[in-house]
Amino acid sequence: MAENKVLVVGGGFSGLTAAVEAAETGAEVILVEKNPYLGGRVTQLNKYFWKMCPPNCGLEIQYKRIKNNGKVTIYTLAQVEKISGSEGNFEVTIKTTPRFVNDKCTACNKCAEVCPVERSNDFDFGMSKTKAAYLAHSQAFPAQYVIDGKVCKGSSCGACVKACPYGAIDLGMKAETITVKVGAVVTATGWNPYDATKMDNLGFGRVQNVVTNMMMERLAAPNGPTQGKIVRPSDGKEVKNIAFVQCAGSRDENHLPFCSYICCLASLKQATYVREQYGDSKVKVFYIDIRTPGLYENRFYAKLQQDANVSFLKGKVAKIEQGENGDVKVTAEDIHGGGKVTESFDMVVLATGMEPTAKSLSGAGIKATWDGFVDQAALPKGVYAAGTVKAPVDVARTAQDATAAVMKSIQSLRRN
Amino acid sequence: MEKKIGLYICKGCGIADAVDVDKLVKNVKKMPVCKTHDVLCSAEGLQMIKGDMTSEGVNTMVIAACSPRVKFAEFDFPGSLVERANIREFVAWTLEAKSAQAQSAAEDYINMGIVKAQKADVPQPNVLADLNSTILVIGGGIAGMNAALAGANAGQKVVLVEKDAQLGGFVNKLYKKIPTASVFQEPLIVDTEIEKTVKDVEGNGNIKVYKSTTVAKTDGQPGLYDVTLSNGEQLKIGAIVMATGWKPYDATKLGHLGYGLSKNVVTNIELEEIAKKNNGKIVRPSDGKEATKVAFVQCAGQRDPNHLPYCSGMCCASSLKQAKYVRANKDAVAMVFYKDIRTPGRTELYYKEAQNDPGVMLSKADVTGVSDAGNGNLYVEMENTLFGTKTGEKVKVEADLVVLATGMVPTTRGPQEYLDGLTKAAGGGDDSKKAYLEQTPKPDYILNLGYRQGPEIPSLEGAAGFADSNFICFQYETRRTGIYAAGSVHQPMNMAEAIEDGQGAAFKAIQAMDHVARGVAVHPRAWDMTYPDPLLIKCTACKRCTEECPFGAIDEDEKGIPKYNINRCRRCGTCMGACPERIVSFKDYSVDIVGSMLKAIDVPDDEDETRVVCLVCENDSYPALDTAAINRKQLHPGVRFVSMRCLGGMNLVWVADALSKGIDGMLLLGCKYGENYQCHFVKGSELANTRFSKVSETLNRLQLESERVGLMQIAINEYDKLPEMINDFVEKVKEFGPNPFKSM
Repeated sequence: MAENKVLVVGGGFSGLTAAVEAAETGAEVILVEKNPYLGGRVTQLNKYFWKMCPPNCGLEIQYKRIKNNGKVTIYTLAQVEKISGSEGNFEVTIKTTPRFVNDKCTACNKCAEVCPVERSNDFDFGMSKTKAAYLAHSQAFPAQYVIDGKVCKGSSCGACVKACPYGAIDLGMKAETITVKVGAVVTATGWNPYDATKMDNLGFGRVQNVVTNMMMERLAAPNGPTQGKIVRPSDGKEVKNIAFVQCAGSRDENHLPFCSYICCLASLKQATYVREQYGDSKVKVFYIDIRTPGLYENRFYAKLQQDANVSFLKGKVAKIEQGENGDVKVTAEDIHGGGKVTESFDMVVLATGMEPTAKSLSGAGIKATWDGFVDQAALPKGVYAAGTVKAPVDVARTAQDATAAVMKSIQSLRRN
Repeated sequence: MEKKIGLYICKGCGIADAVDVDKLVKNVKKMPVCKTHDVLCSAEGLQMIKGDMTSEGVNTMVIAACSPRVKFAEFDFPGSLVERANIREFVAWTLEAKSAQAQSAAEDYINMGIVKAQKADVPQPNVLADLNSTILVIGGGIAGMNAALAGANAGQKVVLVEKDAQLGGFVNKLYKKIPTASVFQEPLIVDTEIEKTVKDVEGNGNIKVYKSTTVAKTDGQPGLYDVTLSNGEQLKIGAIVMATGWKPYDATKLGHLGYGLSKNVVTNIELEEIAKKNNGKIVRPSDGKEATKVAFVQCAGQRDPNHLPYCSGMCCASSLKQAKYVRANKDAVAMVFYKDIRTPGRTELYYKEAQNDPGVMLSKADVTGVSDAGNGNLYVEMENTLFGTKTGEKVKVEADLVVLATGMVPTTRGPQEYLDGLTKAAGGGDDSKKAYLEQTPKPDYILNLGYRQGPEIPSLEGAAGFADSNFICFQYETRRTGIYAAGSVHQPMNMAEAIEDGQGAAFKAIQAMDHVARGVAVHPRAWDMTYPDPLLIKCTACKRCTEECPFGAIDEDEKGIPKYNINRCRRCGTCMGACPERIVSFKDYSVDIVGSMLKAIDVPDDEDETRVVCLVCENDSYPALDTAAINRKQLHPGVRFVSMRCLGGMNLVWVADALSKGIDGMLLLGCKYGENYQCHFVKGSELANTRFSKVSETLNRLQLESERVGLMQIAINEYDKLPEMINDFVEKVKEFGPNPFKSM
């Protein structure tokens, strides 16, 4: 008899979709997420393209479905170490890192109030700080604080322990290894932003006010480091003249050989953020091809093309340098006009692509393809992949793909 | 079940610092059991409640503590009714501590919670008899066949209906395909192997295939569909996957690109047929000569507001594949003229390979026309190319065959346009409707639903006839419960995507049948056992509920009395809001329950104390309020928030309930509406707004200003703006002076 259980690795958009859908169709679900919160990459986004709606709207519905359904067991700060066995009867080893906060936490904020240590906030890509005791963001699920063990002073301080009225803090919490039995596995570990420092000519980390597209999302988000005001990191100046550099790493054999699917639409969306915030702002997009496939996406592009303050230049960016007073100088080829152009901007956004995470599953016996995605042909029967660990896609396609992965998991449970 | 209510007030998380809890206990409605606890969600606190359940027989709990969005599992007592009064987020975290206003707000929230607990009942699932669990898949193309196989391989019975004489759909026309396997590596062009999928389907014992057959009629509801096929056979069906695919855009409308000018201008589909017929050799239709200079015109009739405004997504990769057909002859060249080459994801590798082939020439170009070059050859005329010419300069390129990359038109578009036209004509009166019916050719319907709201999936603004969901996050939410679109009728997509989509849709069909068998709703209230239970003896057959239901769940009998099809219902409560007779109720949600909650709000005699009731959508606005509270933003102390499943449930009688009692104003907080609506129930806030536009009548009767009621659209991430928006509304209401019904 097969275990009527599905293990979902990754609690981002794909994994969450897979977990909720499977649970609502009668399966027990174990959801393993490496972050202290669910929602993954999309929780960091201000809005989704083309619809310009906030990701937390859909996530809130998913969390509500999880709460009411009761069949999803969530392990946050957890990773899958090993998968053995076969379809219908897998044995999975999960390793957790300590949160130092147990589920007595009421999210009252007392621990953060007294915590003397600050840490760089990875949720905001280092553009803000939190205390060592923190809530990842104000709509985090689970609504439970976490203590960053790397910077916490431990029991020598203990201020949070004294401040917490609920006994929710346990600085002695240890890493745990948990073994579970499941009938099917869905891997959905998603993507990381490609490391922009690897593209030497684009100046990231070296030239002030060159940011990545994910950083731009945080700058535009009401719960971000600037409460949604788009200003440049070096001096807080309003960003009135901005450039987007497409294919920063993508479609490049030296970096990511594939097209990351989402970056054109993401830049068009972010151009909209700037245009809505500052009426007199100017936007320039340096591109190779503008890729907005689909039913609505092309009209989203067409609408922005109507805006006289948004211009598009076909040509690859050759170099990015520091200009005067924190400005950024961009030199690009101009394919239509011929020759090179150099222009100065308040801020430059690199449309960095998706670095797939299949390699993170190698310990669990999952093979990766040459370009870094899950090698589906080599997956054991009963193990599936969903979302951007499988191929670069947008959120809508991910929703379809994750639902298909649940279908296959249910087949695995039912045929054994 | 005899109800015994226990009221439990938590003192933690700053509640006891903000309000006098002893005074609360004294002032709120008296309950058989009333207890306070320092930390109600602690093991000891929960044990206290469980102890009362055993020893005192408490079976209904009012938990006055934090938001219902948190500590869900802790305060979940299966089989009991639990009502949460949110005095942490709405009082302790957002109002001035120890103020009289905070005290009064906490009392109001608790009293409202008590009233709801008194009036509501524990829901019992309503499972209809004789449920069927066979999936009907309409359309035997790549999406439909994969949907059928997915369902069958999960052990379900499947009926697959295909209108053509054979299965396979559009793929039958293809010579070769782009690999649908996940790894992109050589060979980048492979046999379609559609015969294999057809064989799998036809040989599967769980799948019954009907060819040369369509659906003549679909009656009933999920789990209980009665489907009549065109051959007269009648089937019992549980859920439906609609995978009827697409048609190529009508190329005769592309005369400006030379279609019809010469036989040697063909569509991308016609090129596949040529390749297939001649075993890969590309010959031109006019004289059968092998084509050696083939021009591909991308976006033919696409990304063009005069034709198809969208991008079909698959044509760039298809043309690159077809360029490889051409290049099978090493002396032949393929020229691809594009606006942008769109090979997203790993299909980029096609593009790269084409770039490395000296026999494939790729150029950005705006193709302006196609003209005769003699001998059956053609000139492709273009500007803005990459041929080293100046911008705007025209270029002519000679080809012996021109291929137009036309796009996808969903099979749902014809029926939708016809039905939308009919609705419009009917609006012009009987004669106009008659004329429309006589003059307009009737399209092929797909579902032929016997629903009050029409025979097909309703059209979605901006979706150009596709049966799309409108939701980025929830791709399978069609507005007809239990019917799921898959493949290129859903959205434009390629074969690999259509396979996944078919499997996903089959899964949703299985899930829908599972839910109706358990008597619970489907997405988004996928746990909800309540259902609308109208008191039909009081129905006046006004038809508002049947017309306004976003999911077409309600039909009518000959007398116009509504017939509620519970398995189509999504439990949003729009019917409850629509009903002027106030006869639609759920076990824990009714006009009386909400109205009584509003009446439980204490209205002080002091004329300076403004009271505004705020009805809040629980999906987006309520979490936004909670988030404002987590950020300790101050909210206006005169406002009382009442949670709604959806603003579509807003019944106008509540305006009278509240304002006749002396409440100064009423504000609705709901989702963004319009073309890109965010409402999970389609039109909730928009409907509420329409109803509000008619509210002046009620208010005139009370001699009150209609501006005392208002609606604001809020997204879940706009919590930062929310306090100010609410304050502005309250200030506006204040300007009208106190409600004269106060102290009456």
